[in-house]
Amino acid sequence: MGIIEAKKLIFEYIRRDEEGNVEGITRAVDEVDLDIRQGDFIAILGHNGSGKSTLAKHLNAILYPTEGTVWVDGKDTMDEAYLWDIRQTAGMVFQNPDNQIIGQVVEEDVGFGPENMGVPTKEIWERVEESLKAVGMYKYRKHSPNKLSGGQKQRVSIAGVIAMHPKCIILDEPTAMLDPNGRKEVIRAVRALNQAEDITVVLITHYMEEIIHADRALVMDKGHVAMQGTPREIFSQVEKLKELRLDVPQVTLLAYELKKSGLPLPDGILTCEELAEALQSV
Amino acid sequence: MLRDITLGQYYQADSVIHRLDPRVKLAATVLFIVSLFIVDNFIGYIIAAVFLACMVKISDVPFRYMVKGMKSIVFLLVIAVIFNLFLTPGEAVLSFWKLTITKEGIRIAVMMAIRLVFLIIGSSLMTLTTTPNNLTDGMEKMMSPLKIFHVPVHEVAMMMSIALRFIPILLEETDKIMKAQIARGADFESGNLIKKAKAMVPLLVPLFISAFRRANDLAMAMEARCYRGGEHRTKMKPLVYHRRDRIGYVVIFAYLAACVYFGRILNLSFLNI
Amino acid sequence: MAIILDHVSHIYEEGTSMETAALKDVSLVIPDGQFIGLIGHTGSGKSTLVQHLNALMKPTSGNIYYNGEDIHEDGFDKKKLRSKVGLVFQYPEHQLFEIDVFKDVCFGPKNMGLEEKEAELRAYAALKQVGLADEYFYQSPFDLSGGQKRRVAIAGVLAMKPEVLILDEPTAGLDPRGRDEILDQIALLRQEAGITVVLVSHSMEDVAKYVDRIIVMNQGSVMYDDEPRKIFRHYKELEEVGLAAPQVTYIMQELRGCGLDVNTDAITVEEARDGILEALAAKGRGIRKA
Repeated sequence: MGIIEAKKLIFEYIRRDEEGNVEGITRAVDEVDLDIRQGDFIAILGHNGSGKSTLAKHLNAILYPTEGTVWVDGKDTMDEAYLWDIRQTAGMVFQNPDNQIIGQVVEEDVGFGPENMGVPTKEIWERVEESLKAVGMYKYRKHSPNKLSGGQKQRVSIAGVIAMHPKCIILDEPTAMLDPNGRKEVIRAVRALNQAEDITVVLITHYMEEIIHADRALVMDKGHVAMQGTPREIFSQVEKLKELRLDVPQVTLLAYELKKSGLPLPDGILTCEELAEALQSV
Repeated sequence: MLRDITLGQYYQADSVIHRLDPRVKLAATVLFIVSLFIVDNFIGYIIAAVFLACMVKISDVPFRYMVKGMKSIVFLLVIAVIFNLFLTPGEAVLSFWKLTITKEGIRIAVMMAIRLVFLIIGSSLMTLTTTPNNLTDGMEKMMSPLKIFHVPVHEVAMMMSIALRFIPILLEETDKIMKAQIARGADFESGNLIKKAKAMVPLLVPLFISAFRRANDLAMAMEARCYRGGEHRTKMKPLVYHRRDRIGYVVIFAYLAACVYFGRILNLSFLNI
Repeated sequence: MAIILDHVSHIYEEGTSMETAALKDVSLVIPDGQFIGLIGHTGSGKSTLVQHLNALMKPTSGNIYYNGEDIHEDGFDKKKLRSKVGLVFQYPEHQLFEIDVFKDVCFGPKNMGLEEKEAELRAYAALKQVGLADEYFYQSPFDLSGGQKRRVAIAGVLAMKPEVLILDEPTAGLDPRGRDEILDQIALLRQEAGITVVLVSHSMEDVAKYVDRIIVMNQGSVMYDDEPRKIFRHYKELEEVGLAAPQVTYIMQELRGCGLDVNTDAITVEEARDGILEALAAKGRGIRKA
C-alpha cells in the first residue's frame, strides 16, 4: 500500500442562500482515485476552481470525504483515533506565506509543530536546527518572519512541516503568491527534500514549469482527474491542456508549433537542450 | 504614523535585561509602577530616576526608542498637567484672568508628569527587551495557577501572541487598502465627523474580510500542524529561573524597599517641595 | 500631454541610520497612448514608482508633471489626477466592499462628484469593458470567483475613465487561462479606448507579447528602458539582477550556439517558430547544394 491512497473520493458541499436554505450541492471532488508511493514526487495541476485544493485538504484530514475513503500511511482519515498521526505523517504547506506562520521568530515557528506533538525540549531544538538547515534558512533563525521575502517565508513554512518528521508533504499552491525568484527557491527546496530525505511530495500548482521534475502529474478538472501521466506525457497534449485552462512552457509550445508546421519532432519536449538536439537531427 | 507605536516592538540586543526571565521583568514592571505611586517626596523620585536610568543603561536599548513610545502619550500628558495645574485648590502662586496656578497644583502636576513619563519608559523598557512571545509565555506561566478556576490561560496567551504577530501585517494591509481606495477617489480626511465615519466603510469592510480570511487560514494551518490546545504540549523554550533572575528579584525588591523607606516613611521634609 | 518624471527620488527615513532609497534619480517620459511594461523583482522600486504617478506618494526630491503641470504644486487637484491616472493595485479584489458588484464599480465615479445616472452609465460600460457577464452585476462581489473579482476591481478603476491605466501585477495568482484573458482584455481596451497603459509585472514572458516599451527597474533605478527586443538582448545582465528574458530568447540563443543561424531577437513563440523554420529552410538548401 502506498503512503497516500484514495478510492472513489467524493467531496460535496452544500450551497445555501442568504436565509440558509439549501440552494444546491456542489461536487468539488468527484470520484478521485489516488495511489502515491513513498518517495514519489507528484504534481497536481488544474485551473482555479478545478478542485485541486479541496483534494489536497483531504490528504491530511482537514476535510473528510463525503463518500469514498482516503488512507494516509494505511490509516483511514475518517478514523478520529488516527487524526494526529495522520496530520503528522502528511504535513501541509499552504498558499499564503503570511497566514501560516505562527511564531514571531523563525525558529519558534519551526518549533510550533513539535511542541504540539509533545516532543521533548532538547529534541525540538535538534529538529528545528536540522529542518532550517534542510531548507537553507538556518542563518535566519533569529529573524522576525515579517522581514523575510515571500520565498523565504515559504521555506520557513516548509521547515515547520519537516520538523514534525512527516513521511509526506503536501504543498497547496505554495508559489502562487511569490515572484519568479521566490518560486525557484521554494521548488528547489522541495526537490532537495524529495531527493535527499526521500520525503514524498505532493505539489499543487498551476505553474507548468514547476512540474517538469515530478515523477507523475495529475490534471484536475471539475473535480475529477482529467489527465494523468509523466510530465512528458502530459505536455505532449498541448491542445487538451489549453482546453483545461492551462498552458505549457514556452519551449514545449514552440516544439508543438514547429511540429504543426511539419517538422518531425518528438512530443513533449521539456527543455531548451532537448529542442536544440531534436532540431539538429531534423 | 501607525508605526510609531513602540508598545510590542522588540529591540534586538543581548543585554542582561534581555536575557532575564520574562516573569522577572513582568513582576519588576508592576512593582516599579507601584513604587511610582508609593513615593511622594523628591528623594523617592530621585531613587526611581536613578533606578530607571541604570536599567535603561544596562538594557543597551538606545534612549530614543523609549522617547518614541512617549509621542503617543504627549497629548494625555499635556492634558493631565494642565488640569492639575489649574484645577487644584490651594495657595495661589500666579493668577491671571480666571485661572489660578497654585503651589499644590504645581506639585501635583510635576508629580503626575514624572509618574507618567517614568511609567511609559518603564513599560517600554520591558516590551523593548522582551519578545512578545516571551512575554506571553511569561504571562501564561505566571497566571497558570488560575487554571484551577477554569481560566483558559494557555488559550488567552496564544491569542495574544497571534494578535501581536498579525498587528504589523494588518497595519500594512490597512495602508494598502487605504491607498487603493484613495486611488479610486476616496477621501478619508475632509468633512465632518459623520462624513468621516462613513468614509471609513470602504476601508473597514475589506479589512474585516481580510482579517477573517487570515484567521481562517491560520486556524487551518495550526490544525494541520497538530495544534490542539495546551494539553500534551511541550515547550521549545521553557521558562527556567537562572541565577540572574534570582538576583533580578532581589534588586527589584531592594529598590521597592528603598522607595518605601526613603520616599514615604522617612520624612525628609526639608527636601520636599 | 504626458507624464514626466524629472530626477525623482524617494528616500525612506532620510537622515537616519535606517535610510533606504526606494527610488534613485528616476527620469522618465510616459507619452500618451503607449503600452509600457514595468519590470523588476520584488523591492526593485516598481511599486513605489507607480504610486508616485498618481500622487499617492510624494518624491523626496525631483518633480512629476502631468500634462505639463507639477502635481505637487499648491492648488493642483490631486483627486482629479487620480481619476485621470487610474491605479489598479496588486490583488485589487481585496478592496471590494459594496453589497453588489455594480455599486462597487460606481464608487470611483461617485467620488469624482458625478451624478448617479452618469456614474451608473460609466459603471455599466466599465463592467462591459472587462468582459463581465450581466448576470453577475447584482451579485455580491464576494460570491464571485477570483478571476471575476479581479475584473470587477479593474472595472472600478476604469469607470473613472482614466487616461492612463496602471496595473500592478494584474495576473498574480490567476491560472494560465485567466492570466491570458485579463491581458488580452487590457490590450483590447487600450486599442479601443486609446489610453496609456503601464503594466507592472515580474514576468517578461507575460509582457513581451503586448507592450511597446519595457522599463526595467533595479534597486530603485531605471536599468533599461527600451523596446522589448532590445531589452532581451541583455538577457545575461537581466539574470544577474534576478530577472530573466522570455524562454524563447534562451531557446534561440541555444540554437544559435548549436550552429543554427536563427534571429535571436524573437520575443514570442510565433516569431521563434517562423525564425526557426526560415533558418532550417536556408540551411536545408545549403545542405542540398553541398
